[in-house]
Amino acid sequence: MRSVAVVGIGKTAFGAFPDRDLRSLAVEAGEKCLADAHVTPSKVEAFYLGNFAGPSFVGQNHLAPYIAGAMGITGVPCTRFEAACASSGSAFYHAVASVAAGLNDVVLVSGVEKMTSQTTPRVTEILAAAGDTAGEVRVGATFPALFAMIARRHMYQYGTTREQMAAVAVKNHANGAKNPLAHMRKVVTMEQALAGKPIAEPLTVYDCSLISDGAAAVLIAPLERAAEFTDKPVRVLGVAQRSDHVALDAKEDITTFRAVRTAAEKAYKMAGVSANDIQFAELHDCFTIAEIVAAEDLGFVKKGEGGPYALEGRTCLRGERPVNTSGGLKSKGHPVGATGVGQICDVAMQIRGEAGERQLERNALGLAENLGGSGATAVVTILSRA
Amino acid sequence: MKTGIVYTETVVHAPPEQFAADAPYQLAIVSLEGGGRETVRIAGERVQIGDAVEFAEERNSIPFFRKR
Repeated sequence: MRSVAVVGIGKTAFGAFPDRDLRSLAVEAGEKCLADAHVTPSKVEAFYLGNFAGPSFVGQNHLAPYIAGAMGITGVPCTRFEAACASSGSAFYHAVASVAAGLNDVVLVSGVEKMTSQTTPRVTEILAAAGDTAGEVRVGATFPALFAMIARRHMYQYGTTREQMAAVAVKNHANGAKNPLAHMRKVVTMEQALAGKPIAEPLTVYDCSLISDGAAAVLIAPLERAAEFTDKPVRVLGVAQRSDHVALDAKEDITTFRAVRTAAEKAYKMAGVSANDIQFAELHDCFTIAEIVAAEDLGFVKKGEGGPYALEGRTCLRGERPVNTSGGLKSKGHPVGATGVGQICDVAMQIRGEAGERQLERNALGLAENLGGSGATAVVTILSRA
Repeated sequence: MKTGIVYTETVVHAPPEQFAADAPYQLAIVSLEGGGRETVRIAGERVQIGDAVEFAEERNSIPFFRKR
């Protein structure tokens, strides 16, 4: 297997953009990425797109060639990947596999979602279709409700508190406030977070990520060719995708994401590193409890210790292992299909030393964890300085 | 009669479009006696993890359980 590198990155701002359509967002991110890697569209050998629900949100299907064509990429394989909120993480995993296998050399991987043209109840309904529509969704479960039930069980089994969950929101907003591309660049206090409007008990509006528009893209190539594109290549040291049941009630233990645990095991093994070696991470905080559970499943802390870990400040910008220096899904925003590749961009920006006032000094080895649904898909990626 | 123990629960305040009229409503995952788990609605009194519940009725093909 060949080593693979990220040789270009490009992102739009995440936010609510009533004047922008899905395609223009994806094209902006893709063109920024190609410019970053100094390549023309004709050099791209394949286009991998992550998108969760373009057909439901904006009524457009056949999205990969639709977007690629607008960038001047034609004639090559263009494919859309759908894995709920892990759609573009999954696209990235499969794109890396194709380059590692020698099938392609220069591949553009992108993620996009345009969500804000629908009302919140309609968005809630579209997102819920990533759950089991014959079971949990049919009786009235929403994604906040599914993660609320995860939170309740985690609180019951491990004593996790609302304050510990709120600490995730406070930290991620503090980071996002410093990120020029973040959706909600606003500091939130512990008092505000605890007094939020209930969405699905015990989760308040401050425990939930944002409904956003946005796109992100990376260009990948064999590591041996990386110097043709950039003087700051980022190596894909490990990447793994794993799955679990879609329905929450079919999972044996809902206080852990089995797909995250098994993807992490595989990615650590491929990278030849352990959890202790990871210096910083972008974790999938679709809800605050999800960051707490992910920190446990990735082995950053023991099972059940994710709550105190969040509250003690060990994951903040100047903590021992910063988590979500971008602001996370909570503050940066969560345009579902763009999130996985967006996280890869954010980790790469830290490694390239381009994170501005959020820049870390220990930035050589970072991890991104992208979760789909209530844990039916997980993609874990480990990136390092080349 | 289906019976079980509440494995986890939540009260939904922000419903999807189709259940807007029902909110707030309580959902629970019930560990059924005899094995397996099912996601159900709760009728009547609010329940907590560990409470014993039983099938109450079906409304619009949605199963409702209540505290025993």
